[in-house]
Amino acid sequence: MLDRDLLTEVLGGALRHGGEFAEVYVEDKTSSSAHLDDGRVEQVTSGRDRGAGIRVVIGDTTGFAHTADLSLAGLRAAAEAASAAARGGGGGAKVVALTERRVTPVNVIETYPDTITKATKVALLQRADAAARAAGTAIAQVSAGYGDSRKRILVANSDGLFATDDQVRTMFRVTAVASGDTGMQTGYESIGHTIGFELFSRYDVEEVARAAATRALTKLKARPAPSGSLPVVIRAGSGGVLFHEACGHGLEADLVGKGASVYKGRVGEQVASPLVTLIDDGTMSTEWGAITIDDEGHPAQRNVLIRDGVLTDYMWDFLRARKDGRPQSGNGRRQSYQHLPMVRMTNTFVTNGTEDPSELIRDTPNGVYVAQLGGGSVNTATGDFVFGMTEAYLIENGEITEPLREGNLIGNGPQVLKDIDRLANDFAMGNPGTCGKDGQGVPVGDGQPTLRVKALTIGGTAA
Amino acid sequence: MSGSEELLALARRVAEQARPGEQVEAFVSRDRDTSVRVYEGEIEQLTSAQSEGIGVRVIRDGRIGFAYAGVLDDAVVAEVLAEARDNAGFGSSDPWAGLAEPDGVAVPALELWSDDLAAFAADDKVRLALDLERRTLGLDRRIRVEEASYSDVLAEAAVATSTGIAVHGRESGCYVVVSTLADDGDETHTGFGFSVGRSPADLDPDKAAREGAERATRLIGSTKPASGRVTVVLDPYVTAQFLSIIASTLNGESVLKGRSLFANRLGEQVAPSFVTLVDDPTNPLAYTASEVDGEGLASRRNLLIDGGVLRQFVHNSYSARRAGVHSTGSAVRGGFKSTPGVGCRAIQLAPGTRSQADLVRDVGDGVLVQQVLGLHSGVNPVSGDFSSGAAGLRITGGELGAPIREFTIASTLQRMLLDIREVGGDLDWLPMSAVGMSLVIEGISLSGS
Repeated sequence: MLDRDLLTEVLGGALRHGGEFAEVYVEDKTSSSAHLDDGRVEQVTSGRDRGAGIRVVIGDTTGFAHTADLSLAGLRAAAEAASAAARGGGGGAKVVALTERRVTPVNVIETYPDTITKATKVALLQRADAAARAAGTAIAQVSAGYGDSRKRILVANSDGLFATDDQVRTMFRVTAVASGDTGMQTGYESIGHTIGFELFSRYDVEEVARAAATRALTKLKARPAPSGSLPVVIRAGSGGVLFHEACGHGLEADLVGKGASVYKGRVGEQVASPLVTLIDDGTMSTEWGAITIDDEGHPAQRNVLIRDGVLTDYMWDFLRARKDGRPQSGNGRRQSYQHLPMVRMTNTFVTNGTEDPSELIRDTPNGVYVAQLGGGSVNTATGDFVFGMTEAYLIENGEITEPLREGNLIGNGPQVLKDIDRLANDFAMGNPGTCGKDGQGVPVGDGQPTLRVKALTIGGTAA
Repeated sequence: MSGSEELLALARRVAEQARPGEQVEAFVSRDRDTSVRVYEGEIEQLTSAQSEGIGVRVIRDGRIGFAYAGVLDDAVVAEVLAEARDNAGFGSSDPWAGLAEPDGVAVPALELWSDDLAAFAADDKVRLALDLERRTLGLDRRIRVEEASYSDVLAEAAVATSTGIAVHGRESGCYVVVSTLADDGDETHTGFGFSVGRSPADLDPDKAAREGAERATRLIGSTKPASGRVTVVLDPYVTAQFLSIIASTLNGESVLKGRSLFANRLGEQVAPSFVTLVDDPTNPLAYTASEVDGEGLASRRNLLIDGGVLRQFVHNSYSARRAGVHSTGSAVRGGFKSTPGVGCRAIQLAPGTRSQADLVRDVGDGVLVQQVLGLHSGVNPVSGDFSSGAAGLRITGGELGAPIREFTIASTLQRMLLDIREVGGDLDWLPMSAVGMSLVIEGISLSGS
C-alpha cells in the first residue's frame, strides 16, 4: 500500500514535536453485501474505505488523527494533528528502521469473494427465503443478508515494526417472523467465518434458513418465561457470550488498569469453578474472531485466561503492556483506521469437560434450557451482566418440555463462574458476533460445551 | 462557496449523470470531530479527525443498486457511481422503488450551527474535560473517575437527486460526559453524567459531575430485591431508551412488512388519554434536530400518539409510496455508508408538569429505575416482549430508599404503554434521538431473588 520510506518520513513527522512512540495504521477495505426482505432482493451494496490513522504516545497521553488522504501531504497533516497532544512534552524518540515482520496467515482463503458474481450471491438469498417460507405456513416474513469484506491493513511504528495482513470475512444471516394467535415471534440464525466464498461449500444456506424459521415457529407455542432464580443448562455453542460478558471484558487490561474490573489484582486466585478453563485465541483458524496480526501489528496468539478455575492472565494491548512492562498478547484491535486500538477479545471459549450433555439435563429436576442466546452486556466494575434468551425451554423432571418466550438472564460474573457445576464434552463454537466497546465494533467468536449454571435470574413475566 | 455548498455541487454532478430510465441520488458528507479524554489530570487521548464520503443510489426498472466510498477523489466517485449502477442489475424489481421527489413542504430554518464551536480552541476543550474530572472528584471522596471527556462534531452534508432534490446543511454539536466509579469497601458501582449542546456555552459540566457522582454513590450498599409486581419510575435517561424502542415499532416500513406489533392498530387506544407522543426533529433543542431528513425532504413535526390514540406511523418516501400515504420526512441515514431507512428522529412524550420527587411521592411504594442493562438483547420489538437488567432505588412511603441491583424488569411494550400512570415534567435533552423525562409505569414484573 505505502512504501517504507514514506512511512518512515510520516513517523518522523509525527514525532517532530516530541513523543515516545508513533504509529501509522493503513487500511484499504472493500466490501459487498446484499439484502433480501419481504421476498425481494432490496439492495446490492458495494463499499470502499481507505485511510490511515496515526497516533503519537507520550507518557500516558495519546494523540490521534486520521485521514482518507493517503498522499504524503495528507499523511503529514494527520501526523501533525496527532502530534499536538505531545507538543512540549519531551520524549524525543527516533524512528527505528522499519523491518518487515512476516507472520504465517492463520486463515487460508480458497475463493476470494470478489471473484464470485453478484448474481451468485443474490441467488443464495433467494434460496434462503424460499426455504424459510417452506418451513411452515405461519412464516409471515423473512429477511436475509449476505456480506463479505476484504480488509488489507498495514501497521508501521517508530520501534521499527512493519507488518501487514489481508483479512477476508464472509457471512450470511436469516431472520424469520412467524405469526399466530399469540402474536409474532422471530427466529434468527447466522454463519460467518474468516474465509472466502467457500463458506457456502461448508454450509447450506437453506439449513440456516430452516433453523431461523423453526426457531420462530417454536416460539409461537411458547409461554412466558419464569421469573426468579433457577438452574440453567446452556447448549454447546450457544452460550459463549456468557463468558464473553461475564468475565472476558473484565479481563481486558485497560479496564483492569483503571480499577474498573472486578478481576483487578486477582491473578493466581480461584475465580471460577475448577471445571472452567477459558481461552482467548486469535489464531483459531477460520473462526470469526481470527486474525493473523492484531491492529497494532502483533501476531495473534492463544492466551489462557483461566486454567482450572484459576485466573492466569489478562489480555493486553501495546499501551497497557508497555505500562506494565510485559509482552503484548495480540489483543490490540480497532474497528477501522478511524479508531484507536484498545484491548479486545478475539475468539473466547471454555474448553471441553467430560460429561455427556444429556446427563446435565437429566440431573436437573426444574430449570431452563437455553438453546440460543442473543446479545449481552456487562458492567465490568460490578460484574453484573445481562443476556437475552432467543431460544429457551423449560426443564421439568429432567426433561426439556415447553418453549419459553424471550427474556433476559441476569447474573453476576464472578458468581456465575463459581456456579458452573456441570460441563459436558460437546464443545462447539457459536454464531459470529460483533463485540461493542467504547463505540467500536470488532468481529469476535465464542464457544463452549453444554454446561449448567447452578442459578441464574430469569427475567420473565410469569409469576 | 461554503463547505456544504461544495458538497452539494459534487452531489449534483453525480446526480446529473443519470441516464434515461435511471434515477440517481448522491449523498455526500464531511465531518470534523474532536474528542478529548482525560484521566487523573492528564490527557489520555486527544483525537482530531476529518472524515468524508459519498453514497450513491441508482434505481432502474424498480431495482436498487447502492455503493459508497469514504474517499471523495474524482476517480473513486466515478467508480462508486459505476458500481451502484452495476449493482442495480441484481436487485428484485419493486414497483414502489424510487427516490424522494420535492413535496412542497418548506424546509424549516433551524439554528443548528455554532461558529463558536467551530472556533473553539483545542486547549479549551482539554480544559473542559479536566474541569469535569476535577469537579466530579470534588463531590464525594468515594468517587473515582474512569474517564471524563469532551467531544464535538461539525457535520456538513448534501443530497442531490435526478428527481429534483438538492439540499445542503450543516450542524454542530458537543457534549461532555463523565464515567464514574464509587467504592465502598469491596463494593464498586458505576455511574455517568453528561451535558449536551450545540455550542460550548450550552454545556453544564456541573450538572454532568453531579449526576455522575450521584448515580454511582447512591448504589452503594445495594442488594438484590425479592421478585414481585411493582410500579416503577423510570429515570429520564431510561425513559429515552424505552421511547427509542417504542419508536422502532412505529416505523412505517416495519408495519408494511408485518414486523410491527402496532400494525392494523391505527385509531386504537394504545395508551392512557393523557399520553401524547410526537417525533419532532424541527425542535432545535433536540440533539438530533435537522432541517431535512436523509432523503432531503423537509423535517416536520409528526404526531404519533394523540390522547392515547395511535394516529400515524413514520415514513420515508419508499414506505409512504407503498402504504399510499405521504412521506413524513422520516428517512434516517446512518451516514454515507447506508441507504435511507425509516425511523423516528427526535421522539418525545408531551411532558407533564411535575418533578421526579413529586412522582415518587405519589407512587408511594415502588422502584426508581436509574440504569438498564441489556435492552438490545432483552426486548423484541416484533413480539413486544420486554425484559431488561436494572439497578435503582426502592421507593418506600413516597421517598427514595435503599439501593437495589441485579434484578430484571419485564412486561410487554403494549402493556407498558397502557400502564403509564404519569409523565414527568423534567425534560432532559440527551445525545440520542429520544428526549428524556421521568415516567411512571405500573404492573412491571420484577425478578430478583
